[in-house]
Amino acid sequence: MNEQLLNEITSEYLQEGRDAFKVGDGVKVHVRVREGDKERIQLFAGIVIARKGSGVHETFTVRRIASGVGVERVFPVHSPLIEKVEIDRESVTMRSRMYYLRDRIGKEATKVKEKRIFEKKRKS
Amino acid sequence: MKLELLGKKLGMSQVYDEDNNLVPVTIIEAGPCPVLQVKTVETDGYASVQIGYNPKGKSPNKVNRATKGHAAKANAEPQQISKEFRLPTDHQFEAGNSITVTDFADISMVDVVSTTKGKGFQGVVKRWNFGGGPASHGSMFHRRGGSYGLCQWPGRVFKNKKMPGHMGDVQRTTQNLKVVKTIPEKNLILIKGSIPGHKGGILSIRVAKKLKTSK
Repeated sequence: MNEQLLNEITSEYLQEGRDAFKVGDGVKVHVRVREGDKERIQLFAGIVIARKGSGVHETFTVRRIASGVGVERVFPVHSPLIEKVEIDRESVTMRSRMYYLRDRIGKEATKVKEKRIFEKKRKS
Repeated sequence: MKLELLGKKLGMSQVYDEDNNLVPVTIIEAGPCPVLQVKTVETDGYASVQIGYNPKGKSPNKVNRATKGHAAKANAEPQQISKEFRLPTDHQFEAGNSITVTDFADISMVDVVSTTKGKGFQGVVKRWNFGGGPASHGSMFHRRGGSYGLCQWPGRVFKNKKMPGHMGDVQRTTQNLKVVKTIPEKNLILIKGSIPGHKGGILSIRVAKKLKTSK
């Protein structure tokens, strides 16, 4: 199957504004959770450690330390259940997959080099 | 209701359904399939419909006169492949009409008949899921099939004994697959789950035979 046709079929399932966050960013993922017939928003905050795949297949992994235990959750990027992805802090990364964070303990585990403000200014 | 359509497998992808679940789908390009001939009990002894399909989207370059004449009778272009399916006598199909994906729009479940990928000559471990022997400790019995039979009685190997041989490239039917979506402008039909065979493989889609609900 050619890629163009595949894009035409899947384009209607893509959500807007999902390109904004990248690997290394601290994010809050707003997930819609259905309990019975009620719906509420659940937050999952952590660091994006990977973005995999492309198009509708694309997923991203968020890692957080919850009561001393590392928790990772994989979301489909274009899932309609994700209300929005809020970016808390941007960072500078030398890797496309930050799996090295898994081996870190304590304070180091959530430490990622932050994007400095003067770098932003220079770009704009 | 009986309905059949010829098509080809394009590949797989994923879409979201109305409950926001990510559903794996096989994308199939199917039809339009012109009805080449309607057979009746009076003339042919049984009722059936013959449909044709051009996988390349156009008529074949070289057509013999018999094929040409057969298609011309139904006011259709010559078709590369044709298939017949039996029907009860009361149906509305007429020669020259086309069956398209739109006819499948309100059908929930389908069966797909396709040809599996050819695996060539394979041993018993891959072909029949035999366990094989130990890898080491001097067993000298690794991926062999073991004994083929008994002794003087019966003095032959029983029929259907599982042995090495050609694997794959056989027709298989996958039953009760859900139709996720049809895209009539592009002659596409999205079916939940996977289907045997290569991309580009010719297949036929029919309304599910063993569906429990009354149709």
